[in-house]
Amino acid sequence: MEFKPLTSGDQPKIRFLVVDDSVFARKNICKMVEAFGGEIAGEAGDGVAAISKYKDTLPDIVLMDITMPKMEGIEAVEHIVQDHPNACIVMVSSVGYQDNILSALQKGARHFVQKPVKPEAFYEIIRYVLSENAAPSPTAAGEAQS
Amino acid sequence: MNMELIQPFINSLDAVISEIMRCSARIADVTMQEGNYQRTGVAALVTLSGDIQGRIILDMDTAAASQAASDLAGISGEPSEETAREIICELTNMVIGNSVTQLNDRGFKFKVHPPELFLIDVGPRGTLDSETVLLRFELPKGAVYLNIAVHDNSHELVGSPA
Repeated sequence: MEFKPLTSGDQPKIRFLVVDDSVFARKNICKMVEAFGGEIAGEAGDGVAAISKYKDTLPDIVLMDITMPKMEGIEAVEHIVQDHPNACIVMVSSVGYQDNILSALQKGARHFVQKPVKPEAFYEIIRYVLSENAAPSPTAAGEAQS
Repeated sequence: MNMELIQPFINSLDAVISEIMRCSARIADVTMQEGNYQRTGVAALVTLSGDIQGRIILDMDTAAASQAASDLAGISGEPSEETAREIICELTNMVIGNSVTQLNDRGFKFKVHPPELFLIDVGPRGTLDSETVLLRFELPKGAVYLNIAVHDNSHELVGSPA
């Protein structure tokens, strides 16, 4: 299936940080990101590495697994968002129960995708998250008007 | 064996195989196991702790692993040992993750530990309080085995001292 690139030709590509302890899962997600016209800014295999990679690469979007060694994804989200409140993080995990999703969203994740990832749905979620990120927040809009 | 605990694993395996490998997984055999688990091909083990306690082993024979490698990563022929291991861990992760989601939404609270490769030929037997069920699923090419040894721990946890 072909996807319309996330950005048009004259715009820079959207840069992704892919975080998953499975090399295989990372490869698969990276392949999808490239099919969407995105660029891989970095990869990490656990939450601790994700925090460090985020600082180094400052990606546009982070695709974050939950169950990982050293530090789980939800805790990594909390750390990243603490230092970078505008970080755009999408959880990508096979464990998709309510408590987990809520906890991730409360810590600052923007969306949740359950594995196995369906490329069409994944693409739409990324587009949605990007459009949300591009839209001015109610506070920012209010500030602009005043 | 409490089927309420087993059914989500069966449903998830079927759903994940169907989504990833575009085929159905037909249950060919169900047996209760008393002895140690004998690995068939490439296998991964996941342990659960909390309201549901125990472990699950997902085991794929060579033909099924080759098909999964082809469907998941476009690899033709028999995958390398390393690729086969990565595939089994990721498939296990998806099957268990999806089952856990169903069980958690039914009120069971427990932790899933990341999948570990199951490298020894003969594995652990189920404990006295957790019977072991072995399910064999047939795919168009090869077979997948799900070895489940779990028990409902929620009543014991409620009754246990803080």
